[in-house]
Amino acid sequence: MKYVDEYRGQEQARRCARLIARLTTRPWVLMELCGGQTHSIVRFGIDELLPAGVEMVHGPGCPVCVTPVELIDKAIEIASRPEVIFTSFGDMLRVPGSQRDLLMVKARGGDVRIVYSPTDAVKLAQQNPDRQVVFFAVGFETTAPANAMAVYQASQLGLKNFSLLVAHVLVPPAMEAILSSPENRVQGFLAAGHVCTVMGYTEYEPIARKYRVPIVVTGFEPLDILQGIHLCIRQLEQGRAEVENQYARSVRRQGNQPAQELIARIFRVVPRQWRGVGQIPHSGLGLSDEYADFDAERRFGLADQTIQESPDCIAGLVLQGVKKPHECPAFGTRCNPEKPLGAPMVSSEGACAAYYRYRRQPVAAH
Amino acid sequence: MCLAVPGKIISINGNEPVARLGQVSFGGICREVSLAFVPEANIGDYVIVHVGFALSKIDEQEALDVFEHLRKFEMLDELQEDQHEIR
Ligand code: SF4
Repeated sequence: MKYVDEYRGQEQARRCARLIARLTTRPWVLMELCGGQTHSIVRFGIDELLPAGVEMVHGPGCPVCVTPVELIDKAIEIASRPEVIFTSFGDMLRVPGSQRDLLMVKARGGDVRIVYSPTDAVKLAQQNPDRQVVFFAVGFETTAPANAMAVYQASQLGLKNFSLLVAHVLVPPAMEAILSSPENRVQGFLAAGHVCTVMGYTEYEPIARKYRVPIVVTGFEPLDILQGIHLCIRQLEQGRAEVENQYARSVRRQGNQPAQELIARIFRVVPRQWRGVGQIPHSGLGLSDEYADFDAERRFGLADQTIQESPDCIAGLVLQGVKKPHECPAFGTRCNPEKPLGAPMVSSEGACAAYYRYRRQPVAAH
Repeated sequence: MCLAVPGKIISINGNEPVARLGQVSFGGICREVSLAFVPEANIGDYVIVHVGFALSKIDEQEALDVFEHLRKFEMLDELQEDQHEIR
């Protein structure tokens, strides 16, 4: 496929890895922020091409993984109602709630359907006026324009039977949470190319300055990631801390303006609970006052409750880059894709799933 | 979840920006995609598509610059090596 295959050539990847090796004089710890990048790194063995001492730690960039148990339980509660058609991206169905997952609700007769786009859920609402259609709006900034458009369309159509269960999270506040943690080891970031396609990267500039940390907006193919690493290490070696854009074929500094305008209209910034991490201020999106009628939590009158997460799952540490998946005692034994204990083992972008699929054994030290 | 893939716009329906839809080909497989967020995109352009929405038009020059980057830094590296030898 054009704009994919040409960035996967082995020869070029090796050439780029050589550049990195020549540049590197000491150990560095970098974090990639997007689960898509995590998968590319593990799948193509990019970390194995890096010089000794350069370590990639995997960030919280999997929206499925950071969705708190409380929200999964709310989803399950809503999906169990007979009048509801509960729609979601496929990834969410097997994420464990405190007792069950959405797939079990479906198996017991709940009307849970996988959709490709949130606008498919709007169509379902149009076709089923006597049912309540709820879409599980999970995602980072990348997915917010699509979810905002679904709400906008539903309001234009005057639909009274469509709502969103919103679990949107925002990347920059999570980066700040990682950087200000006393356990932090991250010295440079690869920012998520598709998040920045929507939001641009002006938000990252004050973070780079404040924490003296280079941030390179990076794509998803092997050559993109290696180049992002190259630019990031170059900054570190030169003592710079700036925002650079490796993924300029898709990302503009100001991002996508029409998308941002719609997001600002439909949503507002709210504090959000991150699974395994805790609450981070200003780190999520909820529906704005004008569109509050489309809020499923309000429509179904669900109360907040605090639920204990599985004590065996160290997803919080994995998502903050403190531990690698195979350092989790449950990894591959009590926790596997068939019987996941935590969301990072379920999601196609979760770090634990990536390690399970491509790398059952830890990589030997260089 | 943030998976987004490049595809080529084959045809466009609708003029109103929010309702603009296009047929986009992903290596031969076509899908209907909302072009609401890429008012500048035309037939023949490549766009990055996520859950049914085009999020950006691919800049062809920037796409090639990824390879330029590699060449540029390799040349820099060689230069430094030469200087090393001269010294
Ligand atoms: S391996 Fe399973 S239990 Fe361990 S952190 Fe990952 S998801 Fe949680």
